Amino acid sequence: MATRKSAAKPNVSAEELMKHYREMLLIRRFEEKAGQLYGMGLIGGFCHLYIGQEAVVVGLEAAAEEGDKRVTSYRDHGHMLACGMDPKGVMAELTGREGGYSQGKGGSMHMFSKEKHFYGGHGIVAAQVPIGAGLAFADKYLGNDRVTLAYFGEGAANQGQVYETYNMAELWDLPVVFVIENNQYAMGTSVKRSTKSPSLWERGGAYGIPGEEVDGMDVLAVKAAGEKAVSHCRAGKGPYILEIKTYRYRGHSMSDPAKYRTRDEVQKMRDERDPIEHIRTMLLNGKHASEEDLKAIDKEIKDVVNDSAEFAKESPEPSLDELWTDIYAKEVPQGEAI
Amino acid sequence: MATEILMPALSPTMEEGTLAKWLVKEGDTVSSGDILAEIETDKATMEFEAVDDGTIGKILVPEGTEGVKVNVAIAVLLEEGESADDIEDAAPPSGVETPDEAPAKAPAEAKAPEPEAPAPAPKADTSPDWPEGTEMKTMTVREALNSAIAEEMERDENVFIMGEEVAEYQGAYKITQGLLDRFGAKRVIDTPITEHGFAGIGVGAAFGGLKPIVEFMTFNFSMQAMDQIINSAAKTLYMSGGQMGAPMVFRGPNGAAARVGAQHSQDYAAWFSSVPGLKVVMPHAAADYKGLFKTAVRDPNPVIFLENEILYGRSFEVPVLDDFTIPFGKAKIARAGADVTIVSWGIGMTYALEAAEKLAEDGVDAEVIDMRTLRPMDYATVIESVKKTNRCVTVEEAWPVASVSNHLGAYIMQNAFDYLDAPVINVCGKDVPMPYAANLEKLALVTTDEVIAAVKAVTYRS
Ligand SMILES: Cc1ncc(C[n+]2csc(CCOP(=O)(O)OP(=O)(O)O)c2C)c(N)n1
Ligand SMILES: [Mg+2]
Repeated sequence: MATRKSAAKPNVSAEELMKHYREMLLIRRFEEKAGQLYGMGLIGGFCHLYIGQEAVVVGLEAAAEEGDKRVTSYRDHGHMLACGMDPKGVMAELTGREGGYSQGKGGSMHMFSKEKHFYGGHGIVAAQVPIGAGLAFADKYLGNDRVTLAYFGEGAANQGQVYETYNMAELWDLPVVFVIENNQYAMGTSVKRSTKSPSLWERGGAYGIPGEEVDGMDVLAVKAAGEKAVSHCRAGKGPYILEIKTYRYRGHSMSDPAKYRTRDEVQKMRDERDPIEHIRTMLLNGKHASEEDLKAIDKEIKDVVNDSAEFAKESPEPSLDELWTDIYAKEVPQGEAI
Repeated sequence: MATEILMPALSPTMEEGTLAKWLVKEGDTVSSGDILAEIETDKATMEFEAVDDGTIGKILVPEGTEGVKVNVAIAVLLEEGESADDIEDAAPPSGVETPDEAPAKAPAEAKAPEPEAPAPAPKADTSPDWPEGTEMKTMTVREALNSAIAEEMERDENVFIMGEEVAEYQGAYKITQGLLDRFGAKRVIDTPITEHGFAGIGVGAAFGGLKPIVEFMTFNFSMQAMDQIINSAAKTLYMSGGQMGAPMVFRGPNGAAARVGAQHSQDYAAWFSSVPGLKVVMPHAAADYKGLFKTAVRDPNPVIFLENEILYGRSFEVPVLDDFTIPFGKAKIARAGADVTIVSWGIGMTYALEAAEKLAEDGVDAEVIDMRTLRPMDYATVIESVKKTNRCVTVEEAWPVASVSNHLGAYIMQNAFDYLDAPVINVCGKDVPMPYAANLEKLALVTTDEVIAAVKAVTYRS
């Protein structure tokens, strides 16, 4: 593979590179395992893998601070791992078990973690966009110095509620980063077949929202853009849009025959633009790590993922009376400054 | 150790498939992501990728084989340093996990515990809503609501109200009059005309710890926001295993106003009432508007608060109390009687009470129950009354099909069948979009005469 240059000039430490490498690799191995468990019938329904897009969440999480919030669509496994949620709890939710983040009641598309400020996991395309602005609204209202990352696909970017939200977010200076994960396909519809807008981030201009396009296969470029966006929001200047160009290697969900693109197109991306290979090469070329070191990391991560799969298989199904719990809340959670 | 490559499930419903084509052969090295085979399901031909790196040691199922069950070993993958000779002891075919052994499915005989709702009705709560002797004051529904909102905003600074024209214009129906001056623009917020967007922002703000009151100028426009109300607000508590939900109120006028035509005259009570996770309130009298609204703001769940434009200007007695709430799920016997039970809520109460007065002149003593909340529903009060009167008529402004009345009728049949002397009659609006013409609109709506006729029918007087 040809050595790629990172757009953001890496005054980046070896530790940082290593951290990004590990985090991206965890997502990739986790997703491969999820795909495998799906194949075995242990995961059911829809299961949307994040393979190929790892640099997006890892780069943005590196730009976020403790207490910042995030919300996304059904393609959510990577976001959860990147914000520090336990792979065991995520995998067990995928298998619908008691040990899952939602005790098996949410599934692949619906997980949440109050502790990690992860607000879902939403199955309706673009519904998470106003919700993300609402989280930012709450932080601003409460005087919290927090930013919300609201992730959505380029397909979602055509929904009306996105523009309703842009308008209000800018009107009220909400601290929300709108992250368009442009993986070029919405199920089988390529971006070119869904809009004539040459770029999606520029649509924010109509509402006065600044933004930019980012190379989503380069974790350092994502991180640099993320830092800019997050500090814009934190400075009270309102929302920011990042259109992150990325690519999903796998089908839309597990049952996607992928007839809308060629095998070559996918292979070319994998060969030339893979975000994990990119950092791997930087680590090796910079002599920050040896093949042996990386092999050891690989093994470590495989173990974490295998443990999560074991946990997800062994955790019991939720007890039957769970059917009737959590339909109504008893106590009102009180918002507070953090 | 050698790994078995299993026949994968490639769709939510796949149980077996055809191994159409192998794209690798024994001895090939593969790495994760390489395509191993093409598999035909009932819906499509799919590519099957390697998950692990290694060498194909043995192909167990030749290409062209049909009906290969999910989870059966189709090949063996060797890791670095292994040879095909290791295969026999490493992977005995008997070790194949069949779908039947997979612990993914619930045992077939497992039975879900019974829901609590249809269990024998508990005793009706007949306690008074406020202490006897409390000073009373005449107030319109509008004033009662306005004071309820203001009191709750005073009480909790995380309560805010947003909607179209709620602030500077003082509310399209003047429910939010004076609130902007009193609480400021941070807490009384004018939104653009973007129901889906601001309903979603409300849901997010509720996730984030605030207590939003989202006003729909009328509930007709809540259809724009239906997805956020149902898929986001109502279901998140359940989907998050109880971690987070949306404590908030969606409020506004619901149902027919007068001569505003089909798109602005609809009662959505039945729609919202069918959704677990939502609470639904539809009061009639001003005191109920006030007491129930304050309960709605304090409730930790999303509450749909259905008001009525025609009732806004009507006056009722309201208790003069510092902090007065009415619990959800407690119906009110608005008029005690012995001969027939008339059950209604919201504007329907107008017809129910008027009918009861006229029926009294004819010697029919009707008991009128105001449900006040539709979810949770006070079944006990209804059932106890029906056991006493043996007859029941429901009155509802909404369309007759799949109405709240249908549900009540079915509930009564199931739980008080032996006490009924006549079938329950549902008096509902007509099964048509609301016409504009004055005469037709009158015909489409419920009338007092229709309620009287239904009562006469169940008491066999017609
Ligand atoms: C409102 C709505 N319409 C349609 C769907 C079905 N659907 C699920 S994902 C999807 C494509 C979305 O593509 P994109 O926003 O680009 O996100 P990606 O899947 O690429 O991450 C569609 C049409 C849905 N879930 N919700
Ligand atoms: Mg997409």
